Amino acid sequence: MLEGVGLKKYFAAKSGFAVGRPGGWIKALDGVSVQVAEGETLGIVGESGSGKTTLAKLFLLLERPTAGALRFDGKDTTAFDREDLKRYRRSVQAVFQDPYSSLNPRMRVGDIVAEPLPRDAGASRAVVAERVREVLQLVGLRRESGALYPHEFSGGQRQRIAIARALVTYPKFLVLDEPVSALDVSIRAQILNLLKRLQAELALAYVIISHDLAAARYLATRLAVMYAGKLVEVGECDAVYTEPLHPYTEALLSAALPLQPGARRQRIVLSGEVPNPMNPPEGCRFHPRCPRALAQCARQEPEWKEVKPGRFTACHLY
Amino acid sequence: MTRASDSTPLLVVEDLKTHFFTRRGVTKAVDGVSFTLHAGETLALVGESGCGKSVTCLSLVRLVPEPAGRIVGGRVLFDGQDLLQKSRAEMRRVRGKQIAMVLQDPMTSLNPALTIGTQVGEVVRLHQRLRGDSLRRRVLESLRRLRISAADTRLAHYPHQFSGGMRQRVSSAIALSCAPRLLIADEPTTSLDVTIQAQYLDLLKEVQASAGVAVLLVTHDFGIVAAIADRVAVMYAGRIVEMGSTAQIFDRPSHPYTRALLRCLPAAERGRQTLVEIGGQPPDLARLPAGCPFVPRWPERQPICETKFPPAVTMAPGHEAHCWTAAPENLPAISTRAIEAGAIETVGGYGGGAAPAPPHVD
Repeated sequence: MLEGVGLKKYFAAKSGFAVGRPGGWIKALDGVSVQVAEGETLGIVGESGSGKTTLAKLFLLLERPTAGALRFDGKDTTAFDREDLKRYRRSVQAVFQDPYSSLNPRMRVGDIVAEPLPRDAGASRAVVAERVREVLQLVGLRRESGALYPHEFSGGQRQRIAIARALVTYPKFLVLDEPVSALDVSIRAQILNLLKRLQAELALAYVIISHDLAAARYLATRLAVMYAGKLVEVGECDAVYTEPLHPYTEALLSAALPLQPGARRQRIVLSGEVPNPMNPPEGCRFHPRCPRALAQCARQEPEWKEVKPGRFTACHLY
Repeated sequence: MTRASDSTPLLVVEDLKTHFFTRRGVTKAVDGVSFTLHAGETLALVGESGCGKSVTCLSLVRLVPEPAGRIVGGRVLFDGQDLLQKSRAEMRRVRGKQIAMVLQDPMTSLNPALTIGTQVGEVVRLHQRLRGDSLRRRVLESLRRLRISAADTRLAHYPHQFSGGMRQRVSSAIALSCAPRLLIADEPTTSLDVTIQAQYLDLLKEVQASAGVAVLLVTHDFGIVAAIADRVAVMYAGRIVEMGSTAQIFDRPSHPYTRALLRCLPAAERGRQTLVEIGGQPPDLARLPAGCPFVPRWPERQPICETKFPPAVTMAPGHEAHCWTAAPENLPAISTRAIEAGAIETVGGYGGGAAPAPPHVD
């Protein structure tokens, strides 16, 4: 349904007081190809600076790719006319991390939730109000909540409001950017379960972006692992967890702390830091930190290939 | 880490109460918290935001924001001396030297306008009265201990020239530079990435073991607790509701809140197994219910739960829970015996009886 081909996004780096010519390019996203099918959940995991959020912004058409194409139902988004764009905006909606900053504190909840509805569709006020009540109920809030302001709700309820706003246009596709990271632990389960139920009831496709591997695993059917602006591995979620192919995936999974005291894990502690996106290392971007690096990793960038059915990775080991 | 439960504890907190006096009324952020901490031990203070973890820490070093916040009762015995009775000048000599803190976000806890060398040096200069070369040597030593590479050139750098993980190591270097006896770490890894978090926790554990520091670790992440804590205190609405060794808390959680927390967490090893939700919200600390504060969120509550806060029930030596329904006999005898004998270290024997189904961990 949604397909990105060789997506790149470079941002101009301006240093200090320099005006005009950029001092270099920050390669936030450097050639990423992904597909999301109807009704599936793609989890995108990676550390900060890996390009997860930039990818989400491209999906939402909030940023234009520097190179590459984003296709929706087979049509290139750059070739969209007004009607296509309207349809796209209705079908693809987003839920952001922090429900304290993503809801306008001066708007009533009813107006916030109704905002994505097109004004020129000729829907009467009564119809809009009924749709708002319907989605509020769908996300587990009281039907009358629309008359209140965001400050009258707790964090978990606010995230429900944000989800209601995303659902009001009958979307097919939700981009969830760290949907539970800002919430309290006891509230996370409520929101994760809600997202799961909504997906089953409404046949939604999700892209969930998260640095929390457990939350991603809970929702995702397929998992994409990013490192320094590139995909390092894509595969069916359970398979990636049980048998990671790329050494970075392996290290990332092993860094997650199990809920079990005294568990002697084979933890791979990576040395060093995530590379500077302005000047990523030659060859494989992970090679300076990779515990299994080969000689060619420093010279040659590994190819993206299907190692096993449905399992893709970019690594010289395969 | 060995637990010296028979020796005198380094820190004894007794019935600590810190309240905030606001227009909305009295917010009881910390309402009768008691615990002890031995040298070399790590105690994790776990709970959700607003449960009083951070205010507890601030109260220990007397940094509660005044005048709204006031410590209204209790004692904080550090090495036998009550910190709450000390003068401001005396407290200044304790902070940074005897008790050091590492805060959540190194970007805000470090001064962006001063070099790292100045910031690490400040503490050493004030508390150790070192100057010149010996000061410089000491600063380099504490940075190197936290694995800051090329420390001598790094001294002249400013915080923005460091990555997040390095900044947190720098602020830990500041905290540990005067060889404190107690380190208070308030969510030290929340702003770090997972692979960097793993690095940092390993390093913290290593430095702690070599220096014999007691660590009071504040967190909401049970994964971190399982990885580095010796004992755990679970806080809810300004009180400690359950306390025990890490194995006791994970294997036989006895307070309904602890059990619910452990079951509602998504964990990678649990996959897509449906999470058991905790209904409702954490309570408003200015309008606490009369009885147990967790009662509105607990479906199995008894009439007595709504009238009186429960006393501590001893589940096992060193394991207490504040719950009217908690009782040691609710746990199967075999698991109790095994734990007393030290046979059970990892998950396997869960408390059955009145306890709901245990979380599944492979």
